[in-house]
Amino acid sequence: MRSQGSGFRRGCPPLPLGPGSVYIPLVNSPDTDATFTVTVNGRQHTVTTEAQRSLLDWLREDLGLTGPKYGCGEGQCGACTVLVDGRREHACLLPAAGAAGKSVTTIEGLGNGDQLHPVQEAFLAEGAMQCGFCTPGMILAAVALLNEKPQPTEAEVVAWMDAHICRCCGYPRILNAVRRAVAEAER
Amino acid sequence: MTKQARREADAEMPVGEFADSVEFTFAMDRRRFVQVLGAGLMIAVGPGAALAQERNGGRGGRGAGAAPAAARIHFGEDGRVTVLSGKIEMGQGARTELTQAAAEELRVPVDQVRMILGDTGLAPDDGLTAGSRTTPSTVPAVRQGAAAARELLVDLAAKQWGVPPGSLEVRDGWITENAGGRSLTYADLARGGEVAAAFAQSVPRDIALTPVARWRVMGTSVPRVDRRDLVAGRHQYPSDRTRPGMLYGKILRPPSYGARLLAVDLGPARAMAGVVAVQDGSLVGVAAPTTRRAVEALRAVSATAQWEVRAHPSSREVPGLLRRNAQGGVPPNPFADELARAPKRLRATYHVAYVQHAPMETRSALAEWDQGRLTVWTGTQNPFGYHRELARAFRLSDDAVRVIVPDFGGGFGGKHTGECAIEAARLAQAAGRPVLVRWTREEEFTWAYFRPAAVIDAEATLDADNRLTSWHFINLNSGGSALETPYRAGRTHARFVRSDAPLRQGSYRVLAATANNFARESFMDELAAAAGVDPLDFRLAHLDEPRLRAVLETAANRFRWKQRVTERRDNLGVGLACGTEKGSVVAACAEVLVDAARDRIVVRRVCQVFECGAVVNPDNLVAQIQSCLIMGLGPALREEMRFAGGVMRNAAFSRYHVPRLSDVPELDLHVLDRPDLPSAGAGETPLIAIAPAIANAVFQATGRRIREMPIRLRAAQPE
Ligand code: FES
Ligand code: FES
Repeated sequence: MRSQGSGFRRGCPPLPLGPGSVYIPLVNSPDTDATFTVTVNGRQHTVTTEAQRSLLDWLREDLGLTGPKYGCGEGQCGACTVLVDGRREHACLLPAAGAAGKSVTTIEGLGNGDQLHPVQEAFLAEGAMQCGFCTPGMILAAVALLNEKPQPTEAEVVAWMDAHICRCCGYPRILNAVRRAVAEAER
Repeated sequence: MTKQARREADAEMPVGEFADSVEFTFAMDRRRFVQVLGAGLMIAVGPGAALAQERNGGRGGRGAGAAPAAARIHFGEDGRVTVLSGKIEMGQGARTELTQAAAEELRVPVDQVRMILGDTGLAPDDGLTAGSRTTPSTVPAVRQGAAAARELLVDLAAKQWGVPPGSLEVRDGWITENAGGRSLTYADLARGGEVAAAFAQSVPRDIALTPVARWRVMGTSVPRVDRRDLVAGRHQYPSDRTRPGMLYGKILRPPSYGARLLAVDLGPARAMAGVVAVQDGSLVGVAAPTTRRAVEALRAVSATAQWEVRAHPSSREVPGLLRRNAQGGVPPNPFADELARAPKRLRATYHVAYVQHAPMETRSALAEWDQGRLTVWTGTQNPFGYHRELARAFRLSDDAVRVIVPDFGGGFGGKHTGECAIEAARLAQAAGRPVLVRWTREEEFTWAYFRPAAVIDAEATLDADNRLTSWHFINLNSGGSALETPYRAGRTHARFVRSDAPLRQGSYRVLAATANNFARESFMDELAAAAGVDPLDFRLAHLDEPRLRAVLETAANRFRWKQRVTERRDNLGVGLACGTEKGSVVAACAEVLVDAARDRIVVRRVCQVFECGAVVNPDNLVAQIQSCLIMGLGPALREEMRFAGGVMRNAAFSRYHVPRLSDVPELDLHVLDRPDLPSAGAGETPLIAIAPAIANAVFQATGRRIREMPIRLRAAQPE
């Protein structure tokens, strides 16, 4: 089984999808519409949109979910990270139609109402944000890591989070936040 | 003393003795303020009142650049306190720091203060958010206004209760009289128009600020005030903003630098459903209901475009080009006599490549027109500059423009010019609907301005005792920041010379101080080697500045420099560097691993010591030091814009490698707190020591001196 994080590596062509997903590359050809259903933050949507439209654009522009950010559009920065069936994906590279039949979680849907998710609490506790633009992606990446590997080693944490760019370079605190989240999850 | 002269004098004053004038304006009757803030009392600090009048009169002569510190503080009748500042928040912590400043002097809890930043319709013009000026300049302005308000409250209570003001004290936003059980708050002050009017005649000019020893809120690690919104993904960045009926815009870019548009056919794009296409002079763009549609429309436009391309140099040619194009030629070393007689002389040339800021949030602007008035939401460090640019571009009166800057995703000196705002505004004008333009990462890497490349010549002489006797230092193209040497060097000559640059250039975090410090600190190491003296001893022997000595010695001690420098370990090297800029001082010791086989330099460990006067927020300070140091690793080791034939070859994160988590070395960061000194900014200077420390460590490990940034083994000249 290919690791979910395999596409999240510097300088590599992105391989955005996890096992069982269908990768539909975004191509520059005239678009046809696709109709499908997808669950976002627990709500089911029946969607008709361009088959080639990215999940990121659809989430942001049609659903108004602006937690996932545009940072590069090429699977390099992780700002657009969402969970698809609990796994980390680049919403910038995944066509919306590629999430058909799946369950998508954005940062807005991570907590429970006003109650934050423990990983969000860990980022708060460590003050692991400066401008905060990378933060939703970082948090969702950490959640995906814990889903996949409940007890990651330090090296695994670094390798996993290395797929995400923080241009404010707040990495030391981001690492502390993920460590804290791992420790909390282990308790 | 003129106001200006006084301000300049004030800038030199230690904390606690700040004495700029405070002006009060009461009963702000302008609709916008009341709409946003509700009824209350407004206190303006600095040029506030004059500015308000000027605004009402239409296009004012607000000069660009060095606007004096200014702020407004509003006290709502509902008890809310709102600070309005022209500064912006982009991750550096200004929002929290200014909140602390107001809370400290008002004696209110932090969460009772609200900040409105970077809204040109509400805040006074406080110049750019750049040059580490928020801490030394805006913080005192806000404190001053807040302290004045506190004094007003005390006087109000004293009058009402018939007690001497000296017997009263504000705590947690209240004045309470124990005996009579009476109390007053800022809400009462806001309502007390009549009492306030009495004070309008006697404006207090010399209100003492709270001395550092009595700080309760400043000097503590108040966490980021908006942190919950950030982790919840609730904060709306400029690129997240929407307006009813909004379209997404895209701009046609030339295929190469300098290319001129000959012809374009907007027809195919206009035939697409919901698409608006515009051509106005050199600006060609489209707007559509979705980004996807806008991209397709742009592709359709682009397919019809005919261009005349022009030759453009490649990045390899830059050093030669900058030297050839030096304006007025490259100044010669004026100390020929010294060169002739000195027992030792050394000269070297250093190169620094073009780099991009690459903030996480690309340039974005949302523009909306309403009956000839323009509002733009955008991320910029220069809200009032954008304001003026927009007013000029669209021939609007000053008060027909409003720029609103939501906290945005990073700037690093890169968001000073308003082209994205102008693009959005022009498309919105044509579409008759609001338009959001968000640059792609490729546009950001190609069309945003760059940190200038540099060629730096250094030449120096040593006497028989290895003391510097002359120092000649020329920066071509990149700038004059930290140009003068902090070392005692005999006769010195340092110049910045402009050149004709092949790329659009502009500010970058700490400006040219990085390039100049890289060259100087590398050269000091070369001189130490030529003298056969330990690099630390060589520096200390030429260093009088006590603050700089202190950080250098502390860093060396913590790193165990004296011991480390004598140890010989395969492929491991240690290097140090220091520097000063913008009122703060920094020193770094680095340990690097040189992996020649894989052409790699790995920074394993860094000890950095920083001092910026009295610390306002220790936690945010450490974050800024980490941020600068790690960001500095990029241009030090890898970052470099490569171009040829007018095309940027690495305009993507997959080809332009910024620092990531795995690049972060083991860090020992240390702050020297100097409560006796005024607070200086900290978001820039901690960047300047790391690159030369690395170059010096590579030299120590290999004997090879690398005189280029990025520092690469491949490019190294054999010694
Ligand atoms: S925007 Fe998707 S990885 Fe950068
Ligand atoms: S906090 Fe600004 S990009 Fe990470």
